[in-house]
Amino acid sequence: MSKPREIRLSTTPTPEAIAELRIGDVVYLDGLMYTAREGVYMRALEGQANIPMELPSQSAANFHCSPAARINDDGTFDMGAVTATASFRFAKWLPEWMAKTGAKLIVGKGGMTSKDYKEYFVPNGAIYLSTVGYGTGALLGRGVEKVEAVHWNEELGIAQAMWVIKCNKMGPFIVASDLNGNCLFERENAKIAENIDRVYEGTKPATLKRYGETDDRTDEVI
Amino acid sequence: MIPINLIQQTAETLMDKAAIEIPQDYLDGLQEAAKTEDGDLSSFVLQAMLENYEAAKDDRRAMCGDTGVPRWFVKMGNDALVEGGMIALETALRRATANATNGVPLRPNRVHPLWRTDHDNNVGIGAPEIEYGFEPAAQGEKANWIDLITVHKGGLFGTDYRMLFPSDGVQGVKRFYLDSLIAFGKRGLACQPAIIGIGLGGSKDVCMSLGKRASTLRIVGSRNSDHKIAKMEDDFKELGNSIGMGAMGFVGKNMVIDCNIEVGYCHTGGMPMSVHAFCLSSRRAVARIYPDGRVEHRTDPDWFTPYQRRETVDWEPMLEAAE
Repeated sequence: MSKPREIRLSTTPTPEAIAELRIGDVVYLDGLMYTAREGVYMRALEGQANIPMELPSQSAANFHCSPAARINDDGTFDMGAVTATASFRFAKWLPEWMAKTGAKLIVGKGGMTSKDYKEYFVPNGAIYLSTVGYGTGALLGRGVEKVEAVHWNEELGIAQAMWVIKCNKMGPFIVASDLNGNCLFERENAKIAENIDRVYEGTKPATLKRYGETDDRTDEVI
Repeated sequence: MIPINLIQQTAETLMDKAAIEIPQDYLDGLQEAAKTEDGDLSSFVLQAMLENYEAAKDDRRAMCGDTGVPRWFVKMGNDALVEGGMIALETALRRATANATNGVPLRPNRVHPLWRTDHDNNVGIGAPEIEYGFEPAAQGEKANWIDLITVHKGGLFGTDYRMLFPSDGVQGVKRFYLDSLIAFGKRGLACQPAIIGIGLGGSKDVCMSLGKRASTLRIVGSRNSDHKIAKMEDDFKELGNSIGMGAMGFVGKNMVIDCNIEVGYCHTGGMPMSVHAFCLSSRRAVARIYPDGRVEHRTDPDWFTPYQRRETVDWEPMLEAAE
């Protein structure tokens, strides 16, 4: 059993640093990272609100995350655990978000499809980092050196607000795509699919079918 | 009479413990899994999770940033009385949920399904859920206690329902179990390896509820009192772990830390089934509160007692006692 390669990476990475990464590498992040998910995407893209940060110069790392955090009465923050939410649901907004913000690192849960990677990650020089577990909330929480700001909390609430966090060796994350558009999860799915007929032996499809479902277990249902 | 302030205070402690401390039975199960895991990436993931549990306890911070959807199970002994009645109890549980969300802190996950209104405290319409069970007194004792159980189960993936029929048989149950594990196991959406709960029977809503309780209210290593169902639990655990899928959907051999099955009588024409995956953080905490102020903490809800699984019209031990 081999241990994965460990790499420190800036949240404003150079193209060379991104090109260096291989799928399956373990990454720790340094620098500013912001959270943005459906609330932020809808407000910034559909609502045309001005994004309250300089992107990508301040940060090229978009975290699909709602932290377990508290805003104190004096305006300070307490951030406990930090984990990601499933990213495939945000494919609708990501191409426009990347074009607008120059994001190079999309950090979340479960990755996107290789189709997404090839269509808009690769042309933007971006890759996907997956959280581990899920989720290593306490370990990632330790990597938060400071909460720099929270934007749009009034409008979106704590879970959907845009949190800006300073990362200090925050991790682990796993590199789940590369600049050729390869997808770690699809690679693993393909290996597992080879064995699947054997575990289904002796079973037959359910008596009552359901619309829209698949019996092809190599299909991803995302 | 059980003091209401003791209920609220205990409930707040339970919210904290559930979010921060991995239950020992699940930890033992995961450590066992980590020993047998030989997939490179799956092994790395399991090791990271074990470190994460330590970090959470050392720092007193939540194990996972996702709080799931906190809910309560209240089991009352037949002789229990709560100061202020059940309305006061429900208020205390809602207050404890809100206070702990801000205090630990936990992520405020609960929003209105349409308007996405977020009170930033995990409280809203129907949230947190509060479910009840009752327990007879053991012979010669007074059941004057209440058990408070909080479970913060993830909310989005790993759970499914299907109406099967007698013609589908056990093979049909097996197939839907595999379908659910594989569909939600890919990319690790179910946050496996997990305690998998299966609900069989009941009406549709009860079927879902049985499966949820099987995954969250029974511990690793427990077995159904029906020995044929217990054998299915063993077989299904092994089956799930033979898919070849591990943590995060990577190649591996640990998908199921344990499989618990609960049943309820259903319509003669059907065999409804639900599958539920409790996650890598398996957040559950339990306390028994007595009227004299004693509070006993534990992690085993011990929900499925002979009384909860009774089949007869009357509760027989009570009849026997009367005779």
